[in-house]
Amino acid sequence: MPERNGANRAFWSGTVSFGLVSVPVVLMPANRSGGARLRMLAPDGTPLARHYVCPRDERALADDDIVRGYEVRRGKFVIVTDEELDALEPKKSREIDLREFVPAEAIDPIYFERAYYLAPADESAKAYALLASVMERTKRAGIATFVMRGKEYLVALVAERGIIRAVTMRFADEVRSARDVGLPERPRTPATRVRAFARAIGAHRGRALDPAELEDTHAERVAELAKRKLKRHEDVVRVERAEEPEEEIDLLDALRSALRAPGRAPAAAPGRRAGGRRRTRKATRRKKRAA
Amino acid sequence: MAARAIWKGVIRVGTLRVPIRLYSAVEDRDVHFRLLHEKDQTPVRQEMVNPRSGKPVPSDEIRKGYEVARGTFVILTDEELDALEPDDSRDVRVTRFVGADAIGHEWFERPYYVGPDAKGSADYFALAQALADAGKEGIARWVMRDREYAGALRARGPHLVLVTLRHADEVVARADLRPPPFRKPTEKELRLAEQLVGALQADFDPGRYRDEYRKRVLDFVQAKAKGRRPRLPRPPRRTKPSSLLGALEASVRGVRKERKRA
Repeated sequence: MPERNGANRAFWSGTVSFGLVSVPVVLMPANRSGGARLRMLAPDGTPLARHYVCPRDERALADDDIVRGYEVRRGKFVIVTDEELDALEPKKSREIDLREFVPAEAIDPIYFERAYYLAPADESAKAYALLASVMERTKRAGIATFVMRGKEYLVALVAERGIIRAVTMRFADEVRSARDVGLPERPRTPATRVRAFARAIGAHRGRALDPAELEDTHAERVAELAKRKLKRHEDVVRVERAEEPEEEIDLLDALRSALRAPGRAPAAAPGRRAGGRRRTRKATRRKKRAA
Repeated sequence: MAARAIWKGVIRVGTLRVPIRLYSAVEDRDVHFRLLHEKDQTPVRQEMVNPRSGKPVPSDEIRKGYEVARGTFVILTDEELDALEPDDSRDVRVTRFVGADAIGHEWFERPYYVGPDAKGSADYFALAQALADAGKEGIARWVMRDREYAGALRARGPHLVLVTLRHADEVVARADLRPPPFRKPTEKELRLAEQLVGALQADFDPGRYRDEYRKRVLDFVQAKAKGRRPRLPRPPRRTKPSSLLGALEASVRGVRKERKRA
C-alpha cells in the first residue's frame, strides 16, 4: 500500500484565498504531543515492536498484506483504497478558501480542536502581509473548510502582530448542544446568590495565563523518579537500538526560520524512524484515517 | 435523550461550593476504518513482539521503561507509577478569573458541559450568570480519573462549560515569534481588502458548514457495499495566480455583482 499524498510531509502546504487573491502558505502545528514518554519493553529490556497478526492463520503480516476496511454491518467490510480516498477529496483540497469573515472574538472555544501557525510560502509574502493586516484592522477571522491528511476541517484564521494563525474547529454536528446533553432550563436565580458569586469573581481577579502554571507535573514526577533510580543504578537496562534515531523537528526553530525567511519553509519532514515503529505509525494512520 | 454524566464534582470558588456533573460536549463522527488482512478480509490483531526473538510478549510480562539516554532505560514498576498519580479529589478549584479573551486558541483542548448536580441548581445558574455578567472565565484545576487537568470555566448561554487546557510542553510558544519581513501593504491595497472583507462579513455560525468529504466517503462506501462501482471525480487542476492589486479589484467587483443579483 503506497504512502498517501502529503502524508510523508510534516507540514501542510497550500493556498489561502480570499476573493481572487491567493496566499501561498505552509501550516505548522502550534500543538504537539506531550506527557511522560514510557516505552514498552520486554523483560530483558528490549523495546517492543508492534506487529499485526491475522487471527485466522496466526501469521505476522507485512504492510502489503493489510488493507483498510469500513464495516458496513457486523463482520461485513468494504475495502477502501488510498486512491479512492484521494479521488473523493474535494476539488480544491489544497486551498483554504475564506468565504466569510466573522468577529474574531465571537468564535466559541467549544469548537476549537488544534492550532497552527501559517508561514508565507512565497518570496515576497506580499499577499500574506495584506491578509494579516486586514484581519487585524477589522478584528475579523476568516472562516473556511479544507482537507488535510484525509480529513476535512472547519478552520478559522486569525491575525495577531502580523502573524496569521489557524485553528481547526469541530463541525456543528460534532458538538452537542446543551439540550442534547439534557441540561435543565434556568430557573429563577436569586439575585443575592448571583451577587455572592460576582463578589467571589471580583476577589479572585487574576493576571492572564502563564504557561509556567500549565507545566505537566505528572510527567515531571515520572522523569524525576527515573533519574533518581538511574543514580542508584536501579532497574537500569541498556540495549543496542538498531533503529535510526528519529530526527525531531524543532517546531519553534522551523517556525522562526519560516517566518523570518519566507519561501524557505521546510515543507518536508526529515526521514522518519525506520523499522517497526514506522510501520506502526503508518498503519495507525490508516486505521484512524477518517473523512 | 439526556446524556450520561462522565464525572461528578464540586466547583470551589473561595468558600463557595457548587456541586456539578460533567458531560462530554463532543460527538465523534469520524469515519473509522479497520485494518484487515487482505487475503481473507479478517480484522487484524495487534501484538507486542520482542524484535530480538520475534516472539510475542504477553501483556503481564511487558515492562514500562523511561529512556534516560539513547538505549538506556530505567524500568518503572506499576506500583511506582501508581504512587506518582495525583490523589483522588472531587474538587474543581477555580483559582482566579481572567478576561474572556486572555487564553490563546492554542491552549484549548476538549470541551465539557457542566451541569448542576441535583442539590445545587440555584448556585450553578448564579455562577453562570455572574461569569457572563463579568465577561470573565475562571482558571480551574481538578483531578479526574487519575489525571490532573487545567481548564477554562466559561458561561455559555445560561449554562457552564469547562474546556480543558493543554500542558505547557504541548504548545509551541508564540511570544518570541516575529512576523516575516514583508513589504507593507499600500493604503490602496488595504482599502480594497477591507472592502472585500466587509462584503464577506458574517456572524459566526458553524451550522452553515458541512463535512462534505465525510459524506462523500460514507456514500461511496455504501454504494460499493451494494456492489456498485461508484464513479470517482477527476483530480483537481490548479488556477494561475495574478497580480495582487488586480486580484483585489476583480474580487471586489465580483462580490458586488453577486450581491446585486441576490
